[in-house]
Amino acid sequence: MSLTRQDVEKIAHLARLAITEQEMPVYVDSLSSIVAFVDQLSKADTGLVAPMAHPLAGQTQRLRPDEVTETDRHEKYQANAAAVQAGLYLVPRVIE
Amino acid sequence: MWHNRSIGELADSLGRGEISSVELVRHFLARIEALNPALNAVITLTAGPALAEAAVADRRRAAGESGPLLGIPLLHKDIFCTDGVRTSCGSRMLDNFVAPYDATVVANLRSAGAVMLGKANMDEFAMGSSNETSFYGPVRNPWDKDKVPGGSSGGSAAAVAARLAPFATGTDTGGSIRQPAALTGITGIKPTYGRVSRYGMIAFASSLDQAGVFACSAADAAIVLGAIAGFDPKDSTSVDLPVPDYRAALQAPLRGLRIGLLKEFADGLEARNAALIAAAVAVFRALGALTVEVSLPSLPLSVPTYYVVAPAECSSNLSRFDGVRFGHRCDSPRDLMDLYKRSRGEGFGAEVKRRIMTGTYVLSAGYFDAYYLKAQKVRQLITAEFRAAFERVDVLLGPTTPTPAFPIGAKIDDPVTMYLNDIYTIGANLAGLPALSAPCGFVDGLPMGMQLIGPHFAEARLLNAAHQFQLATDWHQKAAPGYAE
Amino acid sequence: MKDWEVVIGLEIHAQLATRSKIFSGAPTAYGAPPNSQACLVDLAYPGVLPVLNAEAVRMAVKFGLAIGARIGRRSIFARKNYFYPDLPKGYQISQYEDPIVGPGALEIFLDDGTSKRIGVTRAHLEEDAGKSLHEGLANATGIDLNRAGTPLLEIVSEPDMRSAKEAVAYMKKMHTLVRYLEICDGNMQEGSFRCDANVSVRPRGQQKFGTRAEIKNLNSFRFVEKAIQYEVARQIELIDGGGKVVQETRLYDSDKDETRSMRSKEEANDYRYFPDPDLLPIEVEDAFVDAVRATLPELPDQKAARFAADFQLSAYDAGVLSASRELGAYFESVAALAGAAHAKLAANWIMGELSSALNRDGLEITASRVSPQALAGLLARIVDDTISGKIAKEVFEAMWSEGTDADAIIAAKGLRQITDVAAIGAVIDAVIAANPKQTADYRAGKDKLFGFFVGQVMKATEGKANPAQLNDLLKEKLGGGA
Ligand SMILES: [Mg+2]
Ligand SMILES: [Zn+2]
Repeated sequence: MSLTRQDVEKIAHLARLAITEQEMPVYVDSLSSIVAFVDQLSKADTGLVAPMAHPLAGQTQRLRPDEVTETDRHEKYQANAAAVQAGLYLVPRVIE
Repeated sequence: MWHNRSIGELADSLGRGEISSVELVRHFLARIEALNPALNAVITLTAGPALAEAAVADRRRAAGESGPLLGIPLLHKDIFCTDGVRTSCGSRMLDNFVAPYDATVVANLRSAGAVMLGKANMDEFAMGSSNETSFYGPVRNPWDKDKVPGGSSGGSAAAVAARLAPFATGTDTGGSIRQPAALTGITGIKPTYGRVSRYGMIAFASSLDQAGVFACSAADAAIVLGAIAGFDPKDSTSVDLPVPDYRAALQAPLRGLRIGLLKEFADGLEARNAALIAAAVAVFRALGALTVEVSLPSLPLSVPTYYVVAPAECSSNLSRFDGVRFGHRCDSPRDLMDLYKRSRGEGFGAEVKRRIMTGTYVLSAGYFDAYYLKAQKVRQLITAEFRAAFERVDVLLGPTTPTPAFPIGAKIDDPVTMYLNDIYTIGANLAGLPALSAPCGFVDGLPMGMQLIGPHFAEARLLNAAHQFQLATDWHQKAAPGYAE
Repeated sequence: MKDWEVVIGLEIHAQLATRSKIFSGAPTAYGAPPNSQACLVDLAYPGVLPVLNAEAVRMAVKFGLAIGARIGRRSIFARKNYFYPDLPKGYQISQYEDPIVGPGALEIFLDDGTSKRIGVTRAHLEEDAGKSLHEGLANATGIDLNRAGTPLLEIVSEPDMRSAKEAVAYMKKMHTLVRYLEICDGNMQEGSFRCDANVSVRPRGQQKFGTRAEIKNLNSFRFVEKAIQYEVARQIELIDGGGKVVQETRLYDSDKDETRSMRSKEEANDYRYFPDPDLLPIEVEDAFVDAVRATLPELPDQKAARFAADFQLSAYDAGVLSASRELGAYFESVAALAGAAHAKLAANWIMGELSSALNRDGLEITASRVSPQALAGLLARIVDDTISGKIAKEVFEAMWSEGTDADAIIAAKGLRQITDVAAIGAVIDAVIAANPKQTADYRAGKDKLFGFFVGQVMKATEGKANPAQLNDLLKEKLGGGA
């Protein structure tokens, strides 16, 4: 199956990606060919096979003791941020 | 020349005081300065810190400490976070990102006394099979500078192949260590999923990513794997099993080793490639190994399975790059939506955006069952078939890649053709199996690799088989013209 | 005018009272400077990974056992994907299929004395988001991620509630329960316990549910009641006016006392849930469940039943006194000292004088200025007729303000009752002598004047005359009439 421009615009919005006018047809094209390629999975007979989410079957989640191990390093961590004020990360105003 | 010595030999020389770590580091820094401009394998050089760490290593040796990696230089794939050093993941998104912490792999090698020379180029966010998607430009193959080195760990592979470092780290999500190792004529191993910690390794596809090693021989790879493997409480998927002595295991004879030859790998294999694999099989038979024909009927579906699962996980893993706390932020965003869309649109390259969109699509309402869930079921089938095969054989042997290194630009505009480069390597990632690629000859003067795949946690067996093969052959000793001298 | 039935389901978010966050070692304390408690994992730094907090799992299982729910022996974490500034990873780690707590139920008691069973569909573990702040920022929003990663237990009810009152009763009962279990501090001002209400209406008798609106982030019982009342009225008015209710997320504005649509949350909520590959399935073994069960305290309903049985209290009194572990403990120690026979008296004083004094000064029962021992001391004086109930209130006020015990105050203020027949008789004689006309009228049959004489005597004795004795003596001395 192939994707329409509208499909790609919807996906790009969900993924929060700005796609330029020039890029758009390229993505419609390549995403369509990728989807067509993976469509061959539909032919596989998976019957009652359970989906696999993790390569090591039988492994279960390890639990961490409830201990505070972290200290305040916000200055070091915020050195990578483009916009910070009074310890807060800044984004364009969000109204609700 | 120092750059032609194995890690073992270098450690002995350091131990005997024939050379200091500082001198060794200077030697490799000089090679990088002289040879890297033509290769673009190294994108960040940390000469100052490297010389300082080398001096520390020399003092540790002087104080009576030893250790196979104490004072040995290396390069890290730029996907591993390095405290205080730019960690770009080959992306404009992280061009300005200085990691505030060390990945566990980096910390482990640091405490072993290994000395980081710098960071290696890579496909952007490890998404690529040719190292052409890097924001820092393509890496060139030392065997032919018009050819790709493979990817995504192309910088690490090209650097080791060009003897710019005795070894380098890499990551392998669908073949990103084995494929470039094969295309540059070196040895690369992807361990079992969970064998090496993923903490501090920037995630591409969390259920497939695994850190590994590039070196000039299986013996060297064994030394490095021993240093980076092990349980890490910071990674819930890391496995709490003791790390065997990979080095000691190298010597075991191969008599009686059951090698499985995959029907699916033989089908349609190009004649010259098939001939190299047949020759390798003959070497193993001569070493006493037995061969068995095995078939994994679902294996041909591994590439489409991978191209659903990996993009799905990547689309979610890369959502954190939003221009707020780190990474690229667009100029004067109009509103929040604009901040997100332009920061991400500008920060990510074409292939990364393509995979994020593919993953978003296969997870979205109405498509989840048909794609994501279906792919995870096929993955289960493939894994079960591998499990069954390993009840009959000890290792599987086959090609690492369908072809030798291809020209830069040849496949970059055709994603599906590019994806098919990983046709032989992806299966091991889907099933979380350890796999290794070692040089096994040449096609058109370009190196080719053979792949050994083992059951979970059989790294020692793979390294042992490859080492015995390398004792009987000299493919791994062939360096690209101009890089051996 | 149609008869409407209201249908309400609640999603309660309770912050679990762990020291560290659900997936990181950062502290969870409230009110720290911005981002001082947000570590690399909470900030979603590249390369970091989540590791699950054992205490969060223990608390979730404890809750499940308390509501008689099935415990998910193998539960899964999933990623809920959406972009928002307070969600650093671009996804929330939550549970979708296979939550840790399966179906259970909670019984609520209503004002009319009836009770009702409210189904709990599920309860799952997830991480809290950060906070957006606007004050003092020129057309920007500031993000504080201290709260990001705080463990939450999301408790989802069945649509079993039929009025705002029932919804509040359910929420209060849940609030009582989580504090009993000591898994949540219940601090609603700090957002430790908050809820979303799904509200719809349908013509009574109709099977099919009406379209529901979800009212987000209600952080007080009053707001829950008012928001639901407003929303119900809005929906009925809308439908009666020929309109249709749209399924949407709404916000309750407590200043305007109205709910309004939250468009921001509307568009594109395709969350693309999938199992989080960074986390493995949580296995809960029998031994673990048994160990947690062994730590369960006496639950509110059990305590109330015991109070009613052991102390002959009404269901209502027993319910009030078991509303919190602390209040229950206070009552039990007073009752122990006063003796079970006087437990009802103790209950009346705790629910009356004591709680109004606590409310007046805004104190918790644990900070009461009158200790259980002191209150028991006061009750003893009522029981042994040293003071009347009326005088006792005066003594209590003094105890509350001065912090001394009943006997000291009774002595200091000379509030001891006059039980000396001769003394009371003398006062009566004086009153009769001072009021010849009233005396004559009474004796002539004006019975209702009796109260006048009681009043005069009490006035003269400053209320200290023993009421019973006064009655008998007065009748005797006035004679005639009655
Ligand atoms: Mg709190
Ligand atoms: Zn929730």
